[in-house]
Amino acid sequence: MQSAVIVFPASNCDRDAATALERVTGRRPLMVWHEETSLPRVDFVVIPGGFSYGDYLRSGAIAARSPIVKDIKRKAEGGLPVAGFCNGFQILTEAGLLPGALMRNTGLRFVCRPQTLAIVNPQTMFTRAYKDKAEITVPIAHFDGNYYADAETLNRLKKQGQIVFKYKGNPNGSLEDIAGIVNEQGNVLGMMPHPERAVDPVHGGTDGIALFKSVMEALR
Amino acid sequence: MKAIVKIGLKPGVLDPQGRTIARSLDHMGFEGVANARQGKIIELDLKSKDKAEALKQVEEMSRKLLANTVIEDYEIEIIEQN
Repeated sequence: MQSAVIVFPASNCDRDAATALERVTGRRPLMVWHEETSLPRVDFVVIPGGFSYGDYLRSGAIAARSPIVKDIKRKAEGGLPVAGFCNGFQILTEAGLLPGALMRNTGLRFVCRPQTLAIVNPQTMFTRAYKDKAEITVPIAHFDGNYYADAETLNRLKKQGQIVFKYKGNPNGSLEDIAGIVNEQGNVLGMMPHPERAVDPVHGGTDGIALFKSVMEALR
Repeated sequence: MKAIVKIGLKPGVLDPQGRTIARSLDHMGFEGVANARQGKIIELDLKSKDKAEALKQVEEMSRKLLANTVIEDYEIEIIEQN
């Protein structure tokens, strides 16, 4: 599986994502600068965490309007698997690839700690390799992770199984404890937690590995 | 031509920063603040000489970038300058 990691000014988990992808897939991902207008031929795209454009205007707002995101949007609509972690999730909602928005944490604090998540939908192309595992622990590190969507959108997410991960013990005020969702087609995932930072025992856990393995299995 | 775009959270969207401001005012002894909402103001200097055209442009800018209409409302004021 050939993957790509998108790099924006002030992305800071791009190398973590690249390391995780290389470790799990055995192939070094392509690093794609945000000013590129088209993606190289790849099977999977990761939009990494960080503080793209210094969180100016709103987290992810400026990055979501960059040239490469236009092409990501087009290809995601055609079925290309895309995952955004943390700032990547914010960028995907700002770009309209995922519904809802990520607002300031209700506690008005940056939260940074290992977080237990419930796997709500184990059937997605991002969770299938977790098998019978109901819970995983991966790090969170964000200020704007408070997921919001209007009641109608929330109902649709629930009905269509688009809620993938929920927090056990809500760290940020997120509606319905939502930590991660997929689009209707199921090929675009956004989540605030960082699976790419849980792929080696020295990270304190390896619960992130199966997420990347899931994508590999799904593409096989 | 100048445009002033006021952006704020939609009614019903929880505003923890506004709530904290209201609480702080209360702690300082300012009574009678039932609620506070925090937003932002963006000022644009426009090249356009036509007010209607300027409004149309800023409307589109607001929708496409300045505000996130999932959670925010916006108000546009166009000021003609000589």
